[in-house]
Amino acid sequence: MARAVTTKTKAINTAIAWTIAILIFFPILWTVLTSFKSEGTAIADPPVFLFFDWTLENYATVQERSSYFRHFMNSVVISVGSTIIGLAIGIPAAWAMAFVPGKQTKNVLMWMLSTKMLPPVGVLVPLYLIFRDWGLLDTRIGLIIVLTLINLPIIVWMLYTYFREIPNDILEAARMDGATLRSEVIYVLLPMAVPGIASTLLLNIILAWNEAFWTLNLTAANAAPLTAFIASYSSPEGLFYAKLSAASTMAIAPILIMGWFSQKQLVRGLTFGAVK
Amino acid sequence: MTIKRTLMGSAAGFGIAAGLATAGLAQDTTTLTIATVNNGDMIRMQGLTSDFTEQHPNIELEWVTLEENVLRQRVTQDIATQGGQFDVMTIGVYEVPIWAEQGWLTPLDDLPEDYNTDDLLPSIREALSVDGQLYAAPFYGESAMVMYRTDLAEEAGVTIPDQPTWSDIKTAAEAMTNEDEGIYGICLRGKPGWGENMALISAMANSYGARWFDMDWQAQFDSEAWNEVLTDYLDLMNNYGPPGAAANGFNENLSLFQQGKCGMWIDATVAASFVTDPEDSQVADSVGFAQFPNKEGVDNHGNWLWIWTLAVPAGSQQSEAAQEFVAWATSQEYTNLVAENEGWRAAPPGTRTSLYENPEYQEAAPFAQMTLNSINAVDTTAPAEGEIPYTGAQYVAIPEFQGIGTAVGQTFSAALAGQMDAEQALQAAQQTTQREIDRAGYGSN
Repeated sequence: MARAVTTKTKAINTAIAWTIAILIFFPILWTVLTSFKSEGTAIADPPVFLFFDWTLENYATVQERSSYFRHFMNSVVISVGSTIIGLAIGIPAAWAMAFVPGKQTKNVLMWMLSTKMLPPVGVLVPLYLIFRDWGLLDTRIGLIIVLTLINLPIIVWMLYTYFREIPNDILEAARMDGATLRSEVIYVLLPMAVPGIASTLLLNIILAWNEAFWTLNLTAANAAPLTAFIASYSSPEGLFYAKLSAASTMAIAPILIMGWFSQKQLVRGLTFGAVK
Repeated sequence: MTIKRTLMGSAAGFGIAAGLATAGLAQDTTTLTIATVNNGDMIRMQGLTSDFTEQHPNIELEWVTLEENVLRQRVTQDIATQGGQFDVMTIGVYEVPIWAEQGWLTPLDDLPEDYNTDDLLPSIREALSVDGQLYAAPFYGESAMVMYRTDLAEEAGVTIPDQPTWSDIKTAAEAMTNEDEGIYGICLRGKPGWGENMALISAMANSYGARWFDMDWQAQFDSEAWNEVLTDYLDLMNNYGPPGAAANGFNENLSLFQQGKCGMWIDATVAASFVTDPEDSQVADSVGFAQFPNKEGVDNHGNWLWIWTLAVPAGSQQSEAAQEFVAWATSQEYTNLVAENEGWRAAPPGTRTSLYENPEYQEAAPFAQMTLNSINAVDTTAPAEGEIPYTGAQYVAIPEFQGIGTAVGQTFSAALAGQMDAEQALQAAQQTTQREIDRAGYGSN
């Protein structure tokens, strides 16, 4: 039964929600504002909020100095590529774990999760040597492989959780009607799991897009994505705050826009299974 | 012969011709991948490389620009594993002797005749050579000095001599501080890190007659000299420094000074060109310079030296082209090119004697003489007073120093933030340093 909510409580809740939302969004807003300031205004004390001479100079400098498009394309190829391969492996794996669990399924799931507990720097040198010997350093395919493997546990876990919400009876009914395994997965399971798969896809694209450890360490000039683009504008000696903000805004804009348009799927997918 | 076969034959012919042309091109063109750091001088160089590529049409340049700490990690990992990702690396003076001894760098013995190695400042050349052989070419060099507000000093009735002592600095800081107007007598680095607060505090220690280790590799933080260093540093900052100084590094202090909030700032000489730049600095017209202070009776002005250099990794497949680029970027010709395009003030400082003898540069850069004096005063073979088993400057030139320096820096930064007193910080520093240096096996031989 729904609880009665007074107008006062509603107003307070709304105010709290807005405050939290603004607090969370403020750093991004500040970055965007700083990107339109001159370097001098960017470090002004007290800081200026809106009333300053707006300039596009930083964007022009960044555009002139680095190839945004090349970094952007690398980010797209690497994040989308690794997510699609991850899903291609993750969907069958999650199907098996959700609908035909074995004795060790729980342990396998936990083991997969445990691989996320190792600090990545612990395997940096061995992986670097393997990449060197296989000629994968500074290649998109090398990064796609690494990011697929890194995000696979999350993909499998997310899909497993969604698949478990789908009644096994429906799949059994399909089998009774003579559906093969392939048709069962493609025509029965996948259409029902679309929200879950969509949110897994979106979340993993975001994770891969933002991944900054491996993408910085395994690339040089050719496969460097937008994370390297941002890193090239940070400096402990010299003023680059406004340019850094412009580079950051350019790097996060595509993923923010994507997140904005797909927020319905994201929220739906992430809360899937929360209510039984 | 059918039309189809004719077409196929032609296509194959074109294909082979195109393939040969591409192969020919590939053979002739060398692409150099250059890893570099993000700072004003390096970015300026990237903008001027058309001069180099016009002279060397067969060499293409690919830039990988990274933040200093990311770059350091990235190039160290690549060179240690012989990953071969970079043909030219921008590395600091700290890395050069360590890497050269490991055999990781190509000796620069292929430099053109007109490169004029003798023109390099003696302390710079010394710092980049191992057994008399140059392993990296200096792009720009810096020492540290005092930058102060001449107007505030005059108002407060204090004079800062060209070679001040730490007592002079304390007196001036006290006189210039005016907290009501938001003016702090002195701004110094407090942000933890071996290249952040420890650069300043180690240089300060050198100038107090303190040292990191004695000849048996015993840490010296329990000495009276170190006690004076840290106590004076904390006194200066707590009484006359800006609030929240434990988070201030070069950039934060630069911004404070440019906005007229610091009476004095002791930091890298490269800052002089920023604080006197009327476009960014509100106090550009009233900045004076003095040498890094020393304690009365100690003949040591901190021995602060930092050089960004260009080096060629050993085993590089394109060593010859890489050395050609390194020679161009660090040549007198390049300095002239910068002056032509952006004026003498923008010339990369601190590497060549000829620059400091140039009257046009002297006129354009009021800080030139003090920068030169500060660099010339450096002795990297004996940075600290007393007998020491290490070389270095505001750092100790051993591979373990990055870790040790940062750990000690965190302790001192915590002391500045008021989380412990000087004595506790020194005790902690002593323990950490001794444990790490013993673990690395220095004391055992």
